Amino acid sequence: MENVFDLTIIWAGIIGFGLMMYVLMDGFDLGQGILFPFAPNEQARDTMMNSVAPIWDGNETWLVLGGAGLLAAFPLVYAVFLPALYIGVFLLLAGLIFRGIAFEFRFKAKTSKYLWSWSFSVGSIVASFAQGAVVGAYIQGFETEGFAYSGGALDWLTPFTVLTGFGLVIGYALLGSTWLILKTEGEVQDFAYKITPKLLFGLIGVFTVVCIYTPFIDEYVFSRWFNDISFIWALPVLVLYCAYLVYRHVKKRNEGLPFVASMGIFLFSYLGLLASKWPYIVPPKFTIYDAASAYNSQLFLLLGFLFVIPIVLTYTSWTYWVFRGKVKEGGYH
Amino acid sequence: MELDPLILSRIQFAFVVCFHAIFPVFTIGLASTIAGFETLAYKTGNPIWHKLSKFWIQVFAVVFGIGVVSGIVMSFQFGTNWSNFSYATANFLGPVLSYEVVTAFFLEAGFLGVLLFGRDKVPQGVHLFAALMVATGTFISSFWILAANSLMQTPDGLINIDGIYHVVSWTDSLITPSFGYRFVHMALASFLTASLVVAGVSAWFLIQKREVEANKKALSIALWFLLVLAPLQAVIGDFHGLNTLKYQPMKVAAMEGNWETQPGVPLLLFAIPDESAEKNHFEIKIPKLASYILTHDPDGVVPGLKDVPVAERPPVFIVFWSFRVMVGLGLLMILFALWGLVLRRNGKIYTSTTFLNGLRLMSISPFLAVLAGWVVTESGRAPWLIYGQMTHAEGLTPSLTGGMALFSLIGYVLVYAMVFSAGIYYLLQVFKGGIEHTDIPHELTTVERPSRPLSAAHIGIDEDL
Ligand code: HDD
Ligand code: HEM
Ligand code: HEM
Repeated sequence: MENVFDLTIIWAGIIGFGLMMYVLMDGFDLGQGILFPFAPNEQARDTMMNSVAPIWDGNETWLVLGGAGLLAAFPLVYAVFLPALYIGVFLLLAGLIFRGIAFEFRFKAKTSKYLWSWSFSVGSIVASFAQGAVVGAYIQGFETEGFAYSGGALDWLTPFTVLTGFGLVIGYALLGSTWLILKTEGEVQDFAYKITPKLLFGLIGVFTVVCIYTPFIDEYVFSRWFNDISFIWALPVLVLYCAYLVYRHVKKRNEGLPFVASMGIFLFSYLGLLASKWPYIVPPKFTIYDAASAYNSQLFLLLGFLFVIPIVLTYTSWTYWVFRGKVKEGGYH
Repeated sequence: MELDPLILSRIQFAFVVCFHAIFPVFTIGLASTIAGFETLAYKTGNPIWHKLSKFWIQVFAVVFGIGVVSGIVMSFQFGTNWSNFSYATANFLGPVLSYEVVTAFFLEAGFLGVLLFGRDKVPQGVHLFAALMVATGTFISSFWILAANSLMQTPDGLINIDGIYHVVSWTDSLITPSFGYRFVHMALASFLTASLVVAGVSAWFLIQKREVEANKKALSIALWFLLVLAPLQAVIGDFHGLNTLKYQPMKVAAMEGNWETQPGVPLLLFAIPDESAEKNHFEIKIPKLASYILTHDPDGVVPGLKDVPVAERPPVFIVFWSFRVMVGLGLLMILFALWGLVLRRNGKIYTSTTFLNGLRLMSISPFLAVLAGWVVTESGRAPWLIYGQMTHAEGLTPSLTGGMALFSLIGYVLVYAMVFSAGIYYLLQVFKGGIEHTDIPHELTTVERPSRPLSAAHIGIDEDL
């Protein structure tokens, strides 16, 4: 290799990090919408929505960065995933639009309030499901010809992706409920304490099925896990350990740990997923190197990122600091 | 009937991008307007500027919110419908769009919270700074996205190796020959939009005799801006056209409805271009004027559409008429600016109801002109996606079927129709609430939820305060 740095690896790290940020951050606010129909009453719904209201749109900007970043660093991913998931992407975007505007209108509306509650809830569920299906479709792999997707419109829609879709809906709901444990009190918190173990069992159920099923639909994954048995076996163990932590600390009525531990479940499952497929990014044919953009372009963007991102983080933290007291006194809790 | 994914994708892209475009063009101008009001408030301490700023911030919040939602859709359109194009141009387009996110979107989002809700939390100077940062963010955003678009119009600084574009020079590819004109023309269009909307709304308040003093000031400033900007826009537009003549002659031929390459081409005021007969019907023309405008010589030679095969011609009728709509509205704006000047001298500017009602109507004109302008630019580029290098058909997603494209097109139309009606309804509530309501205590204006766009607009949907 003629170039001094392997930028492709660096970019894989950046994009991987960005997507993880998106999943964790938007996950718990999408979770509010998923839990909406189960909330004890209208007041609880107000509280749930309020708990994420100031942050949700900042969280979604990570999705835009993820899309643009993929185009910049791994254009093949962008150019295969989006056509392959055409219908799913439409549902994802429509879902995000409906839940986004619901934030704005639900509180302003009186007679039509229930409509915006539905808009928020259904939008969140559809968007989460679509994201889960994307994960499943990634595990399944894509039919390609040359450097383009060549399958049909609904190839991605299989029992397996439906399962991963529901899995993510449950997972986001778990993030959402543990977030509520952390951020609320009284009735809403009680509700969250009650529903969390159910969600946890549901999630672990889906997780187990996916773990057992995946190696058998994909030889590559099978050999990764069973041929050279290695430290990656620690990842599912860590997932289960985190699940145990969530359970235990919910029973003990701890407030912070359930949220942290459910993020752990996500983090280790995500790493496990990446480890299964690494270095394939558009399975079954293309690795991160096949999918990478030109060195020159990766470098051009990286230099800018190194310079701009610290500035972005600085003023972002400053704005959080400006509003630090608001969360309590502004009456939105 | 066989559904054509190409046509459907073009309709879909045009629809979603036109929908999106309406909002940025307004936010760019309005962000600067608000920064201007904030500066005046800071410098003079006059509460009128505060009132105006608070009112327009509420409007801004709604428009910005819809801009964001529709923009997220845009960033995925390239991949879903134009995957071959995205893949081929990713070495350029990817970094440009990513830079837009980190230099513009984060900046806007970060300071927006402080602008909307931080008035009582930070010193006035810092609040003003936030307003300036949001305004700056909108311009940085236009820089990147117009650079991307200009590259597709007048490609430069790239080489194509085996179907993939590689960047040879970042400066050349970012600042292509048409970029400067497009950027200035678009910036002026945004300022014109803000001026005309502020003028129209203030005029409406004046007719109702509401908050007369503040609205007089706003109207007066808006009209001064109009007086400078509208003629300037025509001049820049003229330069833009000359640049287009050099790099995209067939687009200009379509704009002029000119079929033959010939000297002494007339300017057509009216015509029905007929693509199959390769001529125009019902021409009303001014002799030699087009030649004069485009070559500064009444007998100059102007290229005609018949120079290229039929398949390489843009849709003449659309380009021809959109161009006339844009220029016509531009001239109308100049007329209104002059009318305002005359009335100002007679001291009737705030009382002539004909004029004020006219301004009310004019507040939609910039949106129509902007859409018409984009249609000229984009349809005039057809059949090319990258002018002279890649066609729409080559850029299309190969796996896309007509059924899929139809499904998403209908879906977007339905979703946007709902978002748009809710948004308009909401804006009207803000307008009805008027400048008066900006005086209510801060606790009320922030509703319950800080740092999010739309909630700065505090007027309830089903009720008034
Ligand atoms: C000249 C101006 C201009 C033009 C031609 C476009 N945009 Fe835009 N866009 C903006 C100016 C802008 C803006 C002023 O920066 C917005 C409007 C409201 C906002 O939040 O920022 C914005 C918002 C916005 C967002 C949401 C940003 C966020 O999350 O905060 C995205 C993802 C895009 N745009 C993407 C696009 C794409 C892919 C376009 C091309 C087809 C496009 N825009 C055309
Ligand atoms: C926001 C302002 C814009 C508006 C209103 C606009 C409008 C349009 C319209 C009306 C078309 C259809 C032309 C036709 O098919 O005859 C089109 C095509 C297209 N434009 Fe733009 N455009 C805008 C900005 C951009 C930008 C910034 C880019 C790229 C970075 C872009 C990329 C494209 C592409 C890829 C097409 C081809 C698809 C098609 O033909 O519909 N546009 N646009
Ligand atoms: C009054 C005389 C005007 C002239 C002579 C003029 C000229 C032009 C020309 C030649 C183009 C096409 C450039 C190309 O694609 O190569 C254009 C595009 C455009 N015009 Fe105008 N224009 C005028 C007024 C206006 C007004 C009043 C507005 C809006 C308020 C406007 C908004 C736009 C926009 C948004 C575009 C598309 C973006 C671009 O390519 O710059 N124009 N104009």
